[in-house]
Amino acid sequence: MRRLNPAHPKTILHFLSKNILRGSGGAQPPASLRTLDIFQNAVIWCIMHIDTDIAIVGGGPNGMTLALALQRCGLNSVIVDQLALSTQSAPEFDGRGYALSLTSVRLLKALGLWAEVQDAAQPMLGIRVSDGRIDTGPSPFAMEFDHAEIEEGPMGHMLEDRQLRPALIKAVRDSNSITYLEKTTVLTQDVSAGAVDLTTDTGTTVSARLLIGADGRRSQVAQRAGIRKTGWSYDQTALVCAVQHDLPHNGIAHQYFLPSGPLAILPLPENRSSIVWTETTKNARAIMALNEADYLDVIRPRFGEFLGKISLVGHRYSYPLDITIASEFVQPRLALIGDAAHGVHPIAGQGLNAGYKDIAALAHVLEDAKMRGEDIGALNTLSRYQEWRRFDVQTLGFATDTFNKIFSNDRPLLRMGRDLGLGLVNKMPALRRAFIREAAGLSGDLPRLMQ
Amino acid sequence: MQPSVNTIDPNEVAKFEAMAAEWWDPHGKFKPLHMLNPCRLDYITQQIAEEFDRDLASDRPFQGLRILDIGCGGGLLCEPMARLGATVVGVDAAERNIPVAQAHAAQSGLEIDYRFGTAEAMAAEGEQFDVVLNMEVVEHVADPLGYLTACQQLLKTGGLMICSTINRNPKSFAMAIIGAEYVMRWLPKGTHEWSKFITPDELYDLIERAGLRAVDRKGFVFNPITWQWKISHKDLSVNYVTSSLKP
Repeated sequence: MRRLNPAHPKTILHFLSKNILRGSGGAQPPASLRTLDIFQNAVIWCIMHIDTDIAIVGGGPNGMTLALALQRCGLNSVIVDQLALSTQSAPEFDGRGYALSLTSVRLLKALGLWAEVQDAAQPMLGIRVSDGRIDTGPSPFAMEFDHAEIEEGPMGHMLEDRQLRPALIKAVRDSNSITYLEKTTVLTQDVSAGAVDLTTDTGTTVSARLLIGADGRRSQVAQRAGIRKTGWSYDQTALVCAVQHDLPHNGIAHQYFLPSGPLAILPLPENRSSIVWTETTKNARAIMALNEADYLDVIRPRFGEFLGKISLVGHRYSYPLDITIASEFVQPRLALIGDAAHGVHPIAGQGLNAGYKDIAALAHVLEDAKMRGEDIGALNTLSRYQEWRRFDVQTLGFATDTFNKIFSNDRPLLRMGRDLGLGLVNKMPALRRAFIREAAGLSGDLPRLMQ
Repeated sequence: MQPSVNTIDPNEVAKFEAMAAEWWDPHGKFKPLHMLNPCRLDYITQQIAEEFDRDLASDRPFQGLRILDIGCGGGLLCEPMARLGATVVGVDAAERNIPVAQAHAAQSGLEIDYRFGTAEAMAAEGEQFDVVLNMEVVEHVADPLGYLTACQQLLKTGGLMICSTINRNPKSFAMAIIGAEYVMRWLPKGTHEWSKFITPDELYDLIERAGLRAVDRKGFVFNPITWQWKISHKDLSVNYVTSSLKP
């Protein structure tokens, strides 16, 4: 990886001597160099121009994973991120984790990343879904999904953020076809017939055949392109934390549907679990303001006692719940992935999985286009990605929303209906398998990197 | 005549760029061609890669190959071939297409030699190519055998011709003329003349008589449910494609 930090002249000199001056592939020589004298120290400030196949704005897990997937198809990329790369990976567990579906694991395997994180991942061997009330505990009607019911092995894995990011960063650093521009903010993007040009606050300019917005819910790439978001928000907030517990979880994930919203307990390595639950935004604010002991007092009756004594590990997080879907995922020379295209609240831990499906589908479409000699940035090419993903995403958004509305409710009739529903699904093996396959990400047309 | 975008006046260039935009608009007038194009390119690239032992996953795999596209239109096949590294000549009998294709190639940053003319005239000039692309042309010409003979003359020994056209049977009549021209309005009415359509066996016979050796044939099949074209090994009932070599 070529890591550039234009704020530090030494980095530039190092970069110049190692890469540009020797003319290594990917980057072009700087457009101009000029020397400034500041306090007797000669500082070389360079205005750099980089030509690349793909410019990716947003250097989080989605942006980095896409760059690695594109590298496999022989496409160079430049990643631009506002933050320093070093702030991305803290060695301490901070409470953030991902529920990786089977297909996301396959993508990591295809990119050679799984071997790096496998030992740190916790296989999910079963999911128990039940309806509950805080005072009475889980209802007797519960769906139980066991990974033995699908042939592909565990239906997913839990992976901590602090394990995934360093693996991605290492792979990006080791790559000759990826340039990471840290501490860099894009100022303008200009699409012309043959290219898309970016200017940044560091003076570096990037010219690419395709621009990717991997810059999250409030995507500036989408905003600058005039792409509108449709969606709705709830008066609900997701609370996320990790707990240490006395008893082993045996790799079982739990999802309870409480009147205030769903609560998920996801098994992490050792005797730790990640908890995601929702409250009204007003309650959530009050809960977040509590000290650790009081916070735990709120969790305990919801969590139950089946894992013994619990204590908090890492930080606590809260995310307001909303669903946003971009009116277009693509424009000429532009494509959106992950939360920039669709933000679905984390009820089912599907955020990263949906982003990974975008990445696998986009890489598949671009690889085919490249081998055919098609223009990878043409609307014609990119529309194939949009058609592939949009239906899936709308289905997920709608299903998640409906699920949430049905279960976040304490009306007796609805409650009886969903108890019966859960019981029925449990009695019908075919339907149950369908649920597991959906959770494992195996439904729909799979891109090559996920097969 | 070889007009170049560099020597004509800017108003003309703007007009040609607008026309190029029309050629290249996936939802515009040439939508059916854009829909078929990935399928055609899959076949073409795989055949060339196999014949000349090239790896499509590598960078510019067609480097060193000289390719002629007959009936190049706006450059829908020429540009991909150039992007894959080939030296490309596009020829079209419609003079107005040439500056349009040139304008788009310039926008795409590709170097392509576009010429107004015919296969017969180029053959008479003694031009030679590794590959001749002869896609959706043979059903429009007055003398198919004379035309295919010119294609043969344009090939170097061991060269490859890829030729696609439309079969002649009630189904192709329904699909290509009634379906594409009248019902879907994908193509202007009168684009095709059904009596000129050629069956695969007739085409094989013409190719052999023109002095080429036919080596492969496949169907291009439209699936109305997925709304996509696919290569078929068996179904040559409407659109089909052949590969032949110059011995």
